[in-house]
Amino acid sequence: MPPPVRRIVVDREPTVIQPRTDRAPAPAGNGALGHRGAGATRAAARPTRTAATRATERMRIESVWLAYGDRWVVRDVSLPVRQGEVLALIGASGSGKTTLLRALNRLTEITAGASRAGRVTLDGEDIESMEVTDLRRRVSMVFQQPNPFPMSIYQNIAYALGEEGSVRSRRGRRQDLRPQVIGGQQQRLCIARALAAGPDVLLLDEPCSALDPISTATIEQLIVGLRETVAVVIVTHNLQQAFRVADHVAFMHLGELVEYGTSEQVFDRPTQQRTREYMGGAFG
Amino acid sequence: MAAQPEALGPSAPTRSLGGQESISSWPLVDRLGYVLCWAAGIGLCLVTGAIVLYMLFKGASYLRPYLFVESPTGVPNQSKAGGFLDPIVGTLIITAIGVAVAAPAGVAIAAWLSEYGRPAWLARAVESGVEMIAGTPSIVLAIFGLLIFSQVFFGFLSQTSAEGHVYGKSFIAAGFMMSLLAIPLIAASTREGLAQIPSHVREASYALGKTKATTLRRVLLPSVRPNIASGVALGMGRIIGDTAIVVILLGATLRTEGVGNVPVLSTLRGTGSTLTNYVYSNSPTGEGNAPEKAYAAAFVLLVLVLVLNLVVTRLTSARSGAQAWTR
Repeated sequence: MPPPVRRIVVDREPTVIQPRTDRAPAPAGNGALGHRGAGATRAAARPTRTAATRATERMRIESVWLAYGDRWVVRDVSLPVRQGEVLALIGASGSGKTTLLRALNRLTEITAGASRAGRVTLDGEDIESMEVTDLRRRVSMVFQQPNPFPMSIYQNIAYALGEEGSVRSRRGRRQDLRPQVIGGQQQRLCIARALAAGPDVLLLDEPCSALDPISTATIEQLIVGLRETVAVVIVTHNLQQAFRVADHVAFMHLGELVEYGTSEQVFDRPTQQRTREYMGGAFG
Repeated sequence: MAAQPEALGPSAPTRSLGGQESISSWPLVDRLGYVLCWAAGIGLCLVTGAIVLYMLFKGASYLRPYLFVESPTGVPNQSKAGGFLDPIVGTLIITAIGVAVAAPAGVAIAAWLSEYGRPAWLARAVESGVEMIAGTPSIVLAIFGLLIFSQVFFGFLSQTSAEGHVYGKSFIAAGFMMSLLAIPLIAASTREGLAQIPSHVREASYALGKTKATTLRRVLLPSVRPNIASGVALGMGRIIGDTAIVVILLGATLRTEGVGNVPVLSTLRGTGSTLTNYVYSNSPTGEGNAPEKAYAAAFVLLVLVLVLNLVVTRLTSARSGAQAWTR
């Protein structure tokens, strides 16, 4: 028998779930950013946060060029990465954000044919001269897809710490994970795992793009809370998200760094025409 | 189409949602293919059912408890030819040796090919080597094995005659050659599993400052345990079912005969037989000509394979549930 064909009924009444008014993180829709200069609306859209107390520079990206084969994907980018604030990399697909992010813990090296020019330092030390496992322990990364390892939650964290854990705990708690632990929780586990070894810098590659809005809100609050203890760099396609979490924003286009500034400055008063166009296009 | 809105809801999937596709509207080729798919599936079920049922009735009717505890004797009279304890034990020993050698080797080959595989020409050579072995008839492997294991250098693995001639027939020799049957299956299945793990899982481990080796051992191999298991199960089937290597490299003697005095080692160095070989020699074609025992042994062989497969799958894939990243 052929499989049943699912049809979409056009004239069906849409199911509307009434929003709960007591939920804290209000969804920041386009409206919040749509009105330029509507400061009050904007403040409400942002999770409650205090201004960054102090920002110390941990990493410095100095005129970095990155190429896959003979194609340059990042051209001459210089940026500071500071602890105490969140740096968001925004830009269209193919603008080199993720490549730049991966260069910060030398994950680009595992791609065949990738090459790099320029200098990246961590606390003044060139990352090229560091032991790569050492560097990655200090500059940790979370990926787009939640990817807990096939072991228990406990074991996932212990793995990051480099502890073997007893066979008993491995067996006994294996069942903790999957399928009960779902998307958002998995991603939180991945963040916890990335933080377990106490890194200096946390790289987030579109950490929420595979998650639902509620999980996203939870993770965004987590990210904002983290900036005091680690320097956070987040790549995101979601401009609202960049606005909600970031202190500084870097806008990249076709491998070039077009604009870098505080979140307010880049979103409210972009100096570059390309930034304005990108924002305008995104917001309609 | 005009489906009624009230048709939707919890009961919707059980009702056909208008405009049901009818097979009569398909092109002739598709209709033929459709029927063929059904027929092939059902046909295979029938064949499987026939084999199992036939062996069940035929074999079980000749099955007697004494067959499991008595060693075979070389008497033409069926009622006095003894049981098949030795072939059962022989099968288990051969399978154990074969899997013990093939599993680590197969997994190692797969891991190297999929995670390292440099230089490329060497990887290609290894790949075609594995394919070559997979395609080689086991009788060829057996003859080659005899050539190798009857070298004086390997004399300690089997019996040596008074004149210093090495026979090259032993459980160890046969087990090693048997492992070659299983290695390609285990390697292929493990590789397939490794290839299905998305790269970001590896990268997540590297990003925690882990080396490639640690990632392989702690993250990747545990993830492909079900694949390794199915490879081992397939390989075990090949080993249990093979006769050529038994005849040439195990001696196909009626009883398990040890060489030397060391308890376990003497058996491993000695000759023996397996159930396949026992079935062959007791079938009307073989010299034993005890078809009733052949049927009983064939039945036991079938059950043994099924049970071993079940055990391996249970042991390794109980926790295999869908990985988080594949859902």
